Amino acid sequence: MSAPTRDSLLDDATLEAYFDATIAAGHRIEPRDWMPEGYRNGLIRQIAQHAHSEIIGMQPEGDWLLAAPSLRRKAILLAKVQDEAGHGMYLYSAAETLAADRADLTDKLIERRQKYSSIFNYPTLTYADVGVIGWLVDGAAICNQVPLCRSSYGPYARAMIRVCKEESFHQRQGYELLMTMMGGTPEQRAMVQDAVDRWWWPSLMMFGPPDDDSPNTAQSMKWGVKRHTNDELRQRFVDMSVPQAEFLGVTLPDPELTLDPESGHYRFGAIDWAEFKRVIAGEGPCNDERIARRRAARDDNAWVTEAATAYAEKQP
Amino acid sequence: MAHEETVYDALDQAHGGEGHWAFGTGFDDPLAGVDTTVPDGVDPADLGAYCLMLGDDALVLAQRLTQWVTNAPELEEEVALANIALDLLGQARLLLARAGSVGVLGRSRTLAGDTIPDEDALAYFRDVDEFRSTALVVAPNGDFAQTIARLLVAATWRLALFARLRASRDPVLAAIAAKGVNELAYHRDHAGRWLLRLGDGTAESHQRAQAGVDAVWPLLADLFTATEVEARLTAAGVAVDPASVRDEVRSVLDEVLTRATLRLPAWPADAAPGGRLGRHGPELPALLEELQGLARTHPQATW
Repeated sequence: MSAPTRDSLLDDATLEAYFDATIAAGHRIEPRDWMPEGYRNGLIRQIAQHAHSEIIGMQPEGDWLLAAPSLRRKAILLAKVQDEAGHGMYLYSAAETLAADRADLTDKLIERRQKYSSIFNYPTLTYADVGVIGWLVDGAAICNQVPLCRSSYGPYARAMIRVCKEESFHQRQGYELLMTMMGGTPEQRAMVQDAVDRWWWPSLMMFGPPDDDSPNTAQSMKWGVKRHTNDELRQRFVDMSVPQAEFLGVTLPDPELTLDPESGHYRFGAIDWAEFKRVIAGEGPCNDERIARRRAARDDNAWVTEAATAYAEKQP
Repeated sequence: MAHEETVYDALDQAHGGEGHWAFGTGFDDPLAGVDTTVPDGVDPADLGAYCLMLGDDALVLAQRLTQWVTNAPELEEEVALANIALDLLGQARLLLARAGSVGVLGRSRTLAGDTIPDEDALAYFRDVDEFRSTALVVAPNGDFAQTIARLLVAATWRLALFARLRASRDPVLAAIAAKGVNELAYHRDHAGRWLLRLGDGTAESHQRAQAGVDAVWPLLADLFTATEVEARLTAAGVAVDPASVRDEVRSVLDEVLTRATLRLPAWPADAAPGGRLGRHGPELPALLEELQGLARTHPQATW
């Protein structure tokens, strides 16, 4: 039996009951299925924010493409940044199945009416940042995103499976770069430690505000759009990263980081949520630069898109 | 459910040992397992110099195309331009490695630390006058139309050369060319399709496409004149005489421009080699400074 579609003559209460039952049974909602407007709008917001993060996220690492210190590293980084453009494309496509429009979402990003992950507002100061972004930032993204492969919305869940596979590859490449640099010169080891010092706390902020200050979490979990709370995922990331840091030979910049033998989890220090809010509010080191470049790519090349459209219309 | 667990499991297992993380660790010689013997009667210095010519063109054009990444008109074009840059980077790595394998490293080998492979010694530790790239690939991108016009010319020319180079007596060059032909055919197709859209799109795009073509056409002047190295290697059956591809290049470009409703600029008279002999304008030093700066600051580093 298939779900009722939007053209169905059933009343909203019946449709909503069917929708709720579909979610409760762990089945997927598909684009033609009826869904509450709150579900649709929340998903568009979440998927667009994710897509914007992929596209803005090309910039910090992209800043090292021209200066990558070996041809092999240049090829790895170019392929990675290219993957991120691809992720942005799948995600915008998933949003389009909810009747959103890619150009409109891009406009909202540029006009700062939609957000992207605050992590990409920090600068990449050395080549070690490329490795640390792979290890910690992609690592945190994987913790956030793997549960989304089971999102209740089918197109999003399917896009996330491919995204997660590629992110996992990127994380390993990042870690491998750091391992190589730690085996290099003392200057290289110092670069890695410095990059870890700068990126550790912003990576923990990637999971979003603490559960008692996360207004959307409860509804998102009820609808199966979100599967774990921010704090659960953050804890999972810390537990995963500490042994990796030890193996790498770097110190995580948190004197309070200790293993709690009873729970088996690492306890960590207080996150500076004031900084998180400042960066979200647009006052991070690179917010203006990131948006300005995206705006320039749209505006300076608008004539190209217009040409492609005009040409297509002329074809028989 | 299963997928989630699989990915977490993989990450968890990765705690245990380097093996899970470090695939692709270390540098793999791109010519590993390939017979790199120089064919009879060929001067290894000539063969290496020729590989640098073809390799530097690819490296420099890859760098130019990479400048578009995060700045391209559409996400699809981000992916396409990065893909073309990656293909060219791959060609450059093989060709520079081939130059290294026949001992054409010069001072770069002593400037670069022992941990740095030949391809990187050549890419990062040669000075401007040791580069053999043509003015065509060195020229700045300009706008998207000029970038596409240059890519069309470069891909058409290189495809014509590589198609013939598949018959080279040097089996390494022949293999690199055979792999490159498929890539270059796609690059030419991609640029050609864009030039049609731009030339026959809007009034503005037509004007920009014409300006781009007009800016690029003079750079055809030295593409068809052989250096002494190329002349000797052509006689030895190793290289392709650049003059032999002129008619094909011209006929392809004429056809694309005509279909794109663009005016054919005057075909420039053949000029003496410039970039191929290490003579470059002011754009290459700036490009190389960005490419090489970090690697040169840490000549003993391992990346």
